[in-house]
Amino acid sequence: MASTLTAPPTLRDLFLSFLKIGLMGFGGVAAVARHVIVVERAWLDDAEYGRLIGLCQALPGANTINAAVMLGDRYRGPAGAVACVVGIMAAPLAILVMAATAYDRVAGDPLARLALTGAAVSAAGLVLGTAAKLLVRAKPSPAAWACAAAALIAVAALRVPLPWTLACLAPLSLIGAAWSTRRL
Amino acid sequence: MNGRLLAQLAAIFGSLSLISIGGANVLIPEIHRQVVETHAWLDSASFARLFAISQAAPGPNIMLASIIGWHVAGLSGLIVATVAILTPPAIIALIAGRGVRRWSESRSVRVLTAGLVPLALGLMLASGVVATRASGGGVAGYAITAGVGLAVFFTKRNPLVWMGLGMIAFLLLQVR
Repeated sequence: MASTLTAPPTLRDLFLSFLKIGLMGFGGVAAVARHVIVVERAWLDDAEYGRLIGLCQALPGANTINAAVMLGDRYRGPAGAVACVVGIMAAPLAILVMAATAYDRVAGDPLARLALTGAAVSAAGLVLGTAAKLLVRAKPSPAAWACAAAALIAVAALRVPLPWTLACLAPLSLIGAAWSTRRL
Repeated sequence: MNGRLLAQLAAIFGSLSLISIGGANVLIPEIHRQVVETHAWLDSASFARLFAISQAAPGPNIMLASIIGWHVAGLSGLIVATVAILTPPAIIALIAGRGVRRWSESRSVRVLTAGLVPLALGLMLASGVVATRASGGGVAGYAITAGVGLAVFFTKRNPLVWMGLGMIAFLLLQVR
């Protein structure tokens, strides 16, 4: 593991690395995050990074923010976690403020509205395509497929509130997962 | 600044953050319910436009909360909404990250991942459906959503390219 050979990163290193991840994450931070953490900084190898992200996916919150918290804390404690989170959010929030200001200015313009509606239906497609891709890649068990389908139908078609959906399906899904890993 | 409004933003995004398994993209139907249906801070189409901006901007998807905070209560709204959606999961991640160093290969982590990740992805699919419905793009909108979804699913190109093409295609269909 490369990180045992070199000195642990400083708060400044952590902040700057995650600043870069935030700044370059147009179209999703996941790919940039892997590149900076695994290739450029060699803080983790590919397998360790995969395990980290795997855990982050099962926790509440954005995956990259969770990864930022865990890596920052590993090297520099809670201050490191804060440095990483502030780093990853700084540039995107500044850009978002600019975009939101620009939007407020054109919000009444019919063509701008139409363009943003086009962007919204496209972004919905992006969410669908990404989720479908990750779902296939996760190779779910039949029980897990059933839970994913039930979640989709409950929330999209029946409009069941998310807390209720999770309260019903998460225990079932976890029991299913416990069952299928037992037989391995 | 309206303290009550900021408290409502903090309560909504702070509590939703705790069930945002797999990231903020599972929350879109619930955020829509809260800010459009319950509080009527904005209409469905405006919600969809803010969603589009938050997806096109760099950074994690939780910034949907940030831009809604901005829309509802300006800069202080943005800060309150962002901190509210970030902090509870960050504390959980801190605790989990420390625990996992001891039992990183443990079966409980495998069960958690195998059980919750597909469920979160099913919820993310529902988010996509709710988002395209909210945008009010009609038949053309559904067609573009399907097209961009298939393109993202079957190719490895940066999804922002498909988002840009989708937006142009939608404009061409509408402005004819």
